[in-house]
Amino acid sequence: MEPSELKRSKDSPNSDESTRRSSFPDEVLERVLSLLKSHRDRSSVSLVCKDWYNAERWSRTHVFIGNCYSVSPEIVARRFPKIRSVTLKGKPRFSDFNLVPENWGADIHAWLVVFAAKYPFLEELRLKRMAISDESLEFLAVSFPNFKALSLLSCDGFSTNGLAAIATHCKNLTELDIQENGIDDKGGSWLSCFPESFTSLEVLNFANLSSDINFDALERLVGRCKSMRVLKLNRSVSLEQLQRLLVNAPQLAELGTGSFSEELTFRQYVELESALSNCKNMHTLSGLWDAKGIYLPALYPVCTHLTFLNLSYAALRSDELAKLLAHCPRLKRLWVLDTVEDKGLEAVGLNCPLLEELRVFPADPFDEEIIHGVTEAGFVAVSFGCPRLHYVLYFCRQMTNAAVATIVQNCPDFTHFRLCIMNPGQPDYITNEPMDEAFGAVVKTCTKLQRLSVSGRLTDLTFEYIGRYAKNLETLSVAFAGSSDWGMQCVMGGCSKLRKLEIRDCPFGNAALLSGLEKYESMRSLWMSACNVTMNGCRLLAREMPRLNVEVMKEDGSDDSQADKVYVYRSIAGPRRDAPPSVLTL
Amino acid sequence: MSKPIEHDYIGLSEQQLPSMEKSSDKKDGLHLKDTELRLGLPGSESPEREDHDQNVLSLKSFVSGAKRGFSDALDGGGNWVFSGGSGGGTEGLFSPRRGGKNNGGKDLSGSDSGSVLKDGAAQKPSVVQEKKLQVAATSSHGNGNIAPASKAQVVGWPPIRSFRKNTMAAHPPKNDDGDGNAEAKLGSGCLYVKVSMDGAPYLRKVDLKIYGSYKELSSALEKMFSCFTIGQCGSHGVSSGDGLTESRLVDLLHGSEYVLTYEDKDGDWMLVGDVPWEMFTDSCKRLRIMKSTEAIGLGML
Repeated sequence: MEPSELKRSKDSPNSDESTRRSSFPDEVLERVLSLLKSHRDRSSVSLVCKDWYNAERWSRTHVFIGNCYSVSPEIVARRFPKIRSVTLKGKPRFSDFNLVPENWGADIHAWLVVFAAKYPFLEELRLKRMAISDESLEFLAVSFPNFKALSLLSCDGFSTNGLAAIATHCKNLTELDIQENGIDDKGGSWLSCFPESFTSLEVLNFANLSSDINFDALERLVGRCKSMRVLKLNRSVSLEQLQRLLVNAPQLAELGTGSFSEELTFRQYVELESALSNCKNMHTLSGLWDAKGIYLPALYPVCTHLTFLNLSYAALRSDELAKLLAHCPRLKRLWVLDTVEDKGLEAVGLNCPLLEELRVFPADPFDEEIIHGVTEAGFVAVSFGCPRLHYVLYFCRQMTNAAVATIVQNCPDFTHFRLCIMNPGQPDYITNEPMDEAFGAVVKTCTKLQRLSVSGRLTDLTFEYIGRYAKNLETLSVAFAGSSDWGMQCVMGGCSKLRKLEIRDCPFGNAALLSGLEKYESMRSLWMSACNVTMNGCRLLAREMPRLNVEVMKEDGSDDSQADKVYVYRSIAGPRRDAPPSVLTL
Repeated sequence: MSKPIEHDYIGLSEQQLPSMEKSSDKKDGLHLKDTELRLGLPGSESPEREDHDQNVLSLKSFVSGAKRGFSDALDGGGNWVFSGGSGGGTEGLFSPRRGGKNNGGKDLSGSDSGSVLKDGAAQKPSVVQEKKLQVAATSSHGNGNIAPASKAQVVGWPPIRSFRKNTMAAHPPKNDDGDGNAEAKLGSGCLYVKVSMDGAPYLRKVDLKIYGSYKELSSALEKMFSCFTIGQCGSHGVSSGDGLTESRLVDLLHGSEYVLTYEDKDGDWMLVGDVPWEMFTDSCKRLRIMKSTEAIGLGML
């Protein structure tokens, strides 16, 4: 039943509390609401009235906290007594690119302590950009007897010792997902800590780690975990070992191979191909480190039912990719390296009509002397062949306004458009004009646009377009762009649904910052670094908006009046007390 | 280029090398200069040099160090250095200088920027200091052949997560050759195999991945080994007597004085040219330029 239907039935009689209660018991309401999964829907439900607020809070089992400092663990525990699953995000996204100081915060431990007391039956913890120590992982492992799923993405502060603690103590673990973290890899012995009696693992992702693991232990683990559906290996696992794992796990739905490059005998190759072809449920394939073109045909049987292919660690040539994609008609998501070049992307357009998401990563992002990779031509080719494309992340070294206009004409359904022209401030390389019209075309045509990352030479006109047309925009990332405060003011004034705004190296100053005064409370956060914002501007903002936390990160040797990095976010927990000395809360 | 400035592959100029030169001299006690080979035209005098610079083709990729370590090239002969032919196009080996001076300067990948930033050394404008110095050092030494790095790199740009940066840096996918052999180059890593020639005093190593066909390989080998077929090489390694020409070597090779053979994965010696090129590069373990007479004796011809 939709919440709106419930609402009607409530509104028809008069809103006398006792009448309502007798016609609609709380237990029923809670039961109905427990079927609601989306946290946004739940937030809406909780705003309807007090009864609904209570029913919702008692029925909620999963809480999503997009900014760990927006609320305190105590407040969460008080409001939601029955939580079994927590998703927490910590540092600002630009910490992924080393823009946030090391000891900035977002430590999970205080949360764990509260959870241990209030949610002893906690089952799932998913963290993104949090700091987590080995001690915390050990604490987690021993404090929650029902603990099932741990997912760490882009976190740091821990080592494989912490993983060993998880493996040792979590008897009911179903998921261990370690992705792209700053992990101190002390060796692979953690994997051997899973007891021989342990059989519940369904998801195991250790692609992040580099050390060798004990393969026998892994083989036995995979052999006895019959429900395993996701297995993502690290580079140390060889092709021959992969084959041995696969014969025991043909039920896998997602596979991340190890290294895909050693020498195989013909017989080994055949066995590998056979093992792969037995994996009838496989829809996601990744890993393929150092993939050698000659072994890719072993994947063909799997490719026919693949929907997600992640080749972003396999430096394939255009012809190798083309041959592979000829076997992947059902592909919906594709991640590649720009070694495939435009020709490879042409093959994408020709072979993958169902494609919805494309990410092209640069193989040599820091080498400006080597001119290869992909250009606007590749992107255009994909757009002609893949009309369902709605998510793109594209790193390139050249782009034109005309190309982008063509692209969005072919693919008007973009929800996520992230274009990174790698040379900061680079104009349209044919006309030498700014890239304003490109992004203007994007926001005018793609009315469903939720996320936008801009790049290239951009004047305030780009932001005028964004403010005027991007009415569904929620996340905007800006770097080396804009001409004046006016640009940011347009965005703050026009994008009503904006939730996250991150800006670096732009000429936006205090006027721009303060133009969003009313808006920041409806947003998750604002990041501005290397802009023209001053300490006084920040102080003013902090004074006017007491429910915002205004934090300034100072850099050594910079001018005292400049606010080098500013992070503004709404919070009901007040200013944080764990900030390092380099972070000033105003 | 008006005057080719000689560099080793890292881009250090002559001035840099003597210090290294001394250390490597001491190390093996070899009289490197004496045995230095130059493939200049007969009668020409290579300019007096203190060190083993070579005419490096503008292999810009070396600066970024995307190529796997040239330590392979140090096999056996170690410090043999060969200057590129004046006509260019030699794919000769370049003896690497250990990057001591340049601080491992070959690696300009982002992983460096990551570590620098952790020191919190970023300053306005957001430029990585260390990167700037590295880059400046390279360009001041390596002007001309090694394209000077145009700008210093910016902190946190392009926006790529550390994990990916570090992974790509540690295992670079491939690199492009300034000569434009783009197609031939793509693919993971390089494939160095030893090349021996009957009667030659030392072996060479070639990277099979940089050739696209048998023709390219054989002409490269011809150039590489041309001096040996003239008969006596002078103690300086410069051919004496009749002029060395490419055609003479070709005649020698095609005139069945020598045949090109290779050892495959199974350890068998095969005649080069029977199988498709790709299959050959995948199975070739080493090459041997064999005297025809011996080849006949082995039943290969």
